[in-house]
Amino acid sequence: MVDVAALPDALEEVAPPASRHGAAAWGSWLLRRLGLAVLTLWLVSVLVFVATTALGDPVRAILGKDYGSDKARVAELEAQLHLDQSPVTRYLHWLGGLLTGDPGSSIASQRPVSELVGANVVNTLVLVLLAAIVMIPVAFGIAMISANFRRRRPDTVIQTVMLAMAALPEFVIGILLVAVFSTTVLHVLPAVTLSAPGVHPWNDPKTMIMPVATLVLAVAPYVSRIVRATLLEVLDSDYVELARLKGIPESVVMRKHALLNAIVPGIQVIALQLAWLAGGVVLVEKVFNYPGVGNQLVDSVNNHDVPMVQALSMIIAGVYVVVNLVADLLSILLTPRARTAISS
Amino acid sequence: MSATTSDASGSRRSTTAGGIAVQDLRVSLTGRDVDVVDDIDLVLSPGEVVGLVGESGSGKTTVGTSLLGYARPGALIERGKVLYGDRDVLGLPWQQVRQLRGEEIAYVPQDPASALNPSIRIGKQIVELMALRGIGTAESRLEGARAGLAEVGLPNDDDFLRRYAHQLSGGQVQRVALAMAFLPRPKVLVLDEPTTGLDVTTQGMVLDTMGALCRSHGVAALYVTHDLAVVATIADRVAVMYAGQVVELGDRDQIFRRPSHPYTRALLDSIPHLRQARALAGIPGRTPAPGARPEGCRFHDRCPYAVEACATTLPQLVPVDPGHDARCIRVGEIGTWDISLGTVPDADPGRQRDVILRIEDLDVYYGRKKVVHDVSFDLANAEVVALVGESGSGKTTISRCVGGLHREWQGTIDFEGSPLGKGSRRRSVSDRKRIQYIFQNPYLSLNPRLTIEQIVKRPMELFGIASGRQATDKVVELLEQVALGPAVLRLQASRLSGGERQRVAIARALAAEPDVLVCDEVTSALDVSVQGSIVALLEELRKSRGISMLFVTHNLALVRSIAARVQILNGGRVVESGSVVEVMDSPKEEYTRRLLANSPRID
Repeated sequence: MVDVAALPDALEEVAPPASRHGAAAWGSWLLRRLGLAVLTLWLVSVLVFVATTALGDPVRAILGKDYGSDKARVAELEAQLHLDQSPVTRYLHWLGGLLTGDPGSSIASQRPVSELVGANVVNTLVLVLLAAIVMIPVAFGIAMISANFRRRRPDTVIQTVMLAMAALPEFVIGILLVAVFSTTVLHVLPAVTLSAPGVHPWNDPKTMIMPVATLVLAVAPYVSRIVRATLLEVLDSDYVELARLKGIPESVVMRKHALLNAIVPGIQVIALQLAWLAGGVVLVEKVFNYPGVGNQLVDSVNNHDVPMVQALSMIIAGVYVVVNLVADLLSILLTPRARTAISS
Repeated sequence: MSATTSDASGSRRSTTAGGIAVQDLRVSLTGRDVDVVDDIDLVLSPGEVVGLVGESGSGKTTVGTSLLGYARPGALIERGKVLYGDRDVLGLPWQQVRQLRGEEIAYVPQDPASALNPSIRIGKQIVELMALRGIGTAESRLEGARAGLAEVGLPNDDDFLRRYAHQLSGGQVQRVALAMAFLPRPKVLVLDEPTTGLDVTTQGMVLDTMGALCRSHGVAALYVTHDLAVVATIADRVAVMYAGQVVELGDRDQIFRRPSHPYTRALLDSIPHLRQARALAGIPGRTPAPGARPEGCRFHDRCPYAVEACATTLPQLVPVDPGHDARCIRVGEIGTWDISLGTVPDADPGRQRDVILRIEDLDVYYGRKKVVHDVSFDLANAEVVALVGESGSGKTTISRCVGGLHREWQGTIDFEGSPLGKGSRRRSVSDRKRIQYIFQNPYLSLNPRLTIEQIVKRPMELFGIASGRQATDKVVELLEQVALGPAVLRLQASRLSGGERQRVAIARALAAEPDVLVCDEVTSALDVSVQGSIVALLEELRKSRGISMLFVTHNLALVRSIAARVQILNGGRVVESGSVVEVMDSPKEEYTRRLLANSPRID
């Protein structure tokens, strides 16, 4: 009989993971990522500034054909935009204002940008958050059902419907919803959001239902298809086969063994989609007359309201950066290999 | 370790109490009347290890998983019984089958590195099944996991239990899988090639552990593998599978001393021995896939003993000796087999050497990390020098430096007296042409978008050897040399089997008309019978063209049959070197002795 106890010390084969410096390693990782995020935002600020004010003559763009006739207005605008200063000075001035929370005043209404933008940003964020809360479980649920029935009838039907929905522009979905629930077929939900300035739309929860539903329907197909594809790959893996051969019930195999390993690509897609939504789904906001960022951005561009456009662009960029940072962090936390690579 | 088996053989076969019996099993492809395995009868008694041997495509894994009532997607268990006690696993409702799995009948996977869930800590994974079934308390389960890990020679402290699979080495992961399978104290164990890809030392350790556990716990084990040498080490009885059927079944000694089926004999003939060099022979043709298997005896079209009746008569398993069956109608007529058949003299250590490649004081780095330390050796004309070592020994790294694929090295590599540049870009066209590299995995080394003709032609065009029609003629000639017909010219690599792909890779290397071939584990991804034919081909090329070869391998037995000189590497240093006969017959270093002792052998 072989003496099992005489086997050499297996610990020598692999050095134990160094966990002493774990916290420090995480700190430096986070600092590096935050630094990169700040760098990204700074680059965006340069591009936004150059694109909106430094190229061409903004006053001429704002006034259009009035530029020649209304000398007083020209002078007034030039003063407001500090056009007498060099572009670098103006940029630094603007950047300083951004950092101290004062991105200037709107040209159209002469009111502070921060005051005008604040409510709409909150509206959009609430809309996106609600959409995410509904969409994530729905998308994962559909993906799991679909993967469970892989390449059989229910899976085929689900995938066809998903593909069709992904192919539809989101405003078409919005219009269809309006037709079904508010105008042509039923009259159960309000077709548009009618909220007084300063009042948030969710004070009347019914008005939120259709915008949220539209966004969910627009985004869930992508997420669900990616998660299904990853799930199928994971379900073919050796460890899922071993779990089944070990006698683990199928529902536990799906939840614990498969989903846990399929979640990361899902997170990345969700992040991209949410950031895209936060950038303002203009058409959806138009359809429902929702007072969000997208609507405001379009109006500001139409009015050549330079400070508004700059501020909104920066906010959208900020949301992108933050959402992606959070997604990366979550992905790493959910992937043991990546997680242990950082802390060791 | 081979002395621990085959006692109490009298009572083993008669009883199935506690063991498991497969009767008339047939697994087919779903929706088609094509069998994956057919007519399988096997009995596993408690405390017995039965080796199920076969090459890829023989259906051995299918038989293994059907013991757990499981068929891979695309396959269907069509007929047969798996009798466990008085229950038929295949006839039970699936809830009860699931209940049997793990607790009564356990499975150890082929590649545990991919079979352990990467996002569940191993401590949790080991006790997962028992926790789900509510067996014992949390403390008792943890206790069991610790005891199980100790049993397989692993640490069992909290730190170890909290690790993930990727934080363990290959051998550790394999032993975790063993401990996990053993924890619920199953009565039957199916092991699916659990040591493939492990170093010989680790493999030896895992095999010892497994054998000890099976015998001490009275477990009936089915050991599924393609490696006859491993089976010779561990199994009490052996079943040899070919094309979905058991062709020979018997005690280990019967199978290895008196193999009676032509396929078993051909397999044994293709295995290199540690004790003596052999002229390895492959089996002509290729293993037929399900659906393409011939009528009559499934081996008849590759069998040297086949007669007309073999193509028409479906042979049954007939007894040769008591407890020894073979599926061959000519079993009494084909004479006896001798293990020393095919033995050839070892390479002559006193041969005149005309050195062509000299490596001196080679240090190799990956970034700032030094991985090869001060290695010196040389290679003579028409000579094969083997670089042998376990994973991480630096053998492939050295060969990559010689082949110009790795640039971070210091020292000298002299080719016919002039130094070679670091990396192929710094080498002359003639140096690049004269040193060719053959990669380990032919499934990855051939461009999947090119035809075989384009692949083999490319080096000729590159080095201006031939072009156009003339090149095509040379391609046909080269393919013929590596025993491939002109029919493959227009095919892409995906249509070829592993052995055929490796032949194409060799033909591609030969197309450059090289003087030195660097062969990096060229046979380790292939079945033994294919390995035999590739080795025979390389030996023929060495003799006829005078090509020198640097042969990287972890298989010491293979070294004996192919190489004249050997460098034993460990941790990036040469531990021992010299002629193959000297090093293997009278090793001076402890490390070499241990490698030799741990290498599974049939001689």
